[in-house]
Amino acid sequence: MVGVKSVPSPAISAPAISADDRSHEVDHPSSQVAKFGADQPLRLDCGVDLSPFQIAYQTYGELNPDRSNAVLICHALTGDQHVANVHPVTGKPGWWETLVGPGRPIDPKHYFIICSNVIGGCMGSTGPASINPATGKVWGLDFPVITIPDMVRAQAMLIDRLGIDTLFAVVGGSMGGMQVLQWTAAYPARVFSALAIACSTRHSAQNIAFHELGRQAVMADPDWHNGGYADHGIHPHRGLAVARMAAHITYLSDAALHRKFGRRMQDRELPTFSFDADFQVESYLRYQGSSFVERFDANSYLYLTRAMDYFDIAADHGGVLAKAFAGIQTRFCVVSFTSDWLFPTSESRALVHALNASSARVSFAEIETDRGHDAFLLDVPEFFDISRAFLQSAGKARGLTGKNNQ
Amino acid sequence: MSVQEVLPLNGFTAEQSAHFRADHLLVAEMVKPGSKVLDVGCGDGDLLQLLETRGIDGRGIELSREGVNRCVAKGLAVVQGDADTDLVNYPDDAFDYVILSQTLQATRQPRVVLENLLRIGRRAIVSFPNFGFWKMRLQLLIGGHMPRTENLPATWYDTANIHFCTIKDFVELCDAIGVKMERAEALDLYGRPLRLRLPWWVWNMFGEQGVFLLSRGGRK
Repeated sequence: MVGVKSVPSPAISAPAISADDRSHEVDHPSSQVAKFGADQPLRLDCGVDLSPFQIAYQTYGELNPDRSNAVLICHALTGDQHVANVHPVTGKPGWWETLVGPGRPIDPKHYFIICSNVIGGCMGSTGPASINPATGKVWGLDFPVITIPDMVRAQAMLIDRLGIDTLFAVVGGSMGGMQVLQWTAAYPARVFSALAIACSTRHSAQNIAFHELGRQAVMADPDWHNGGYADHGIHPHRGLAVARMAAHITYLSDAALHRKFGRRMQDRELPTFSFDADFQVESYLRYQGSSFVERFDANSYLYLTRAMDYFDIAADHGGVLAKAFAGIQTRFCVVSFTSDWLFPTSESRALVHALNASSARVSFAEIETDRGHDAFLLDVPEFFDISRAFLQSAGKARGLTGKNNQ
Repeated sequence: MSVQEVLPLNGFTAEQSAHFRADHLLVAEMVKPGSKVLDVGCGDGDLLQLLETRGIDGRGIELSREGVNRCVAKGLAVVQGDADTDLVNYPDDAFDYVILSQTLQATRQPRVVLENLLRIGRRAIVSFPNFGFWKMRLQLLIGGHMPRTENLPATWYDTANIHFCTIKDFVELCDAIGVKMERAEALDLYGRPLRLRLPWWVWNMFGEQGVFLLSRGGRK
């Protein structure tokens, strides 16, 4: 670094809120929690019975008398149960308040909305950041590897606990969309309608490659300590921030980045001839990285990216995707975005073809936008119109009338 | 009403008859209630909606995003896709009927599309504008320019339609690929079926569009 000016970087400085707030949320979330004791273990795909365990969740709206208006929202990789309320750690609005909330397509006035933190997460559901009851210490890498089907199995136990037999809708984007598809493949009779957004039935080689990049960044951080950083009272925030920065690029598109930042400089006219964040896009990424480490656990990131990598519905059905959905009665709506290169339209199309081959009732729309994969979290009116219309027509078919549908 | 006798459209209310396009009513009448139908190029989903009123399980494919969005908004199961490229992905015998309504002329490979229709569905219903219609002939013969009609208003350089044919051409195509013609109708300028049992050349001259119910020829 000799001869180079100082390298102030929010991405590698210690986070501001962080550790205490976050670690408190891991075992004692400020949302509802469903605890499952020794008599109700979670059977994991890796062969381990996880027990005891807990699932943290939020609900909005009311369950109607015939329990037919429940909507399960599945969160994406780094999301959590705080879909439509202020986040307890960051103080920011819910991650899907564009879609969920009063007057929104998924309105608590009509639906009983449930969103749970996935197993392996770090916002109150049992995961690698939780305390292992057997040792009294943080699980770390002793936590068993989990899969998307494991997450869905745990959600199903939560739905059972809530006394709901059939979900009116399961909705999710990205990793949440994978859960939606897993729900329909594993519990077809329990899902009346499914809205799967910007997702795929399997993680592609390119996607796995990006995840590996992120994991290696975490593991390369000396503070990671082979996953045992909790014992050292530190957090590998530098590695995790780099992982987040790389991932964040895949969530956007070249066009969106260019529109937002171009080659504009940050607070200066001329380059500093250093590795300072001269460009706006650099400081944006550093900000994304640093704000992420405040709320997310590094080991959780490893486990959840792994779960996505392993996901392949067809492989679980003899390599024939259509078999996963044979005879299914669920009404599907699949949505993709033109500029999404993480889960491109071609993957949604393959899913739709399989659903058609299974005789499933499926709608599919590709939304034109330059905002990349992230579009499903942003204000994209065409996407909301479709979601609203799909749920309304499904509501009609489900007999949700009056108060619960208009 | 000697030439333009309106067919009795069984099972439709006066309201439906007034609300839906005449060719849609005719197509819907050809479909047995309770069957499973794929509408290729379903546009805004009007035909699918009509079919649903008859207890028919309908699905659609539509090229335009706007069309798909409007269909989904109506609660229809419609997939964004292209008849030329996407039909190959549908398995054999997936549907009782596959409908191609006013879309044949916009496909790149009408013959391949037609063959696919009768692979995916046990029956196919195809309707298309008849380029042998007297007004078309007259516009080309007298006017010396590519015909434009109320149903086909686009100019030659600005149209999605690339493979026009006449009723006669279509019948020849059906013969060429061994498709059995179970029922044929020609509709006049007002969408009303021409009287049955007219010679082909009359239909070819006076039918503004043709509507055909097809089934597999030698195969079952």
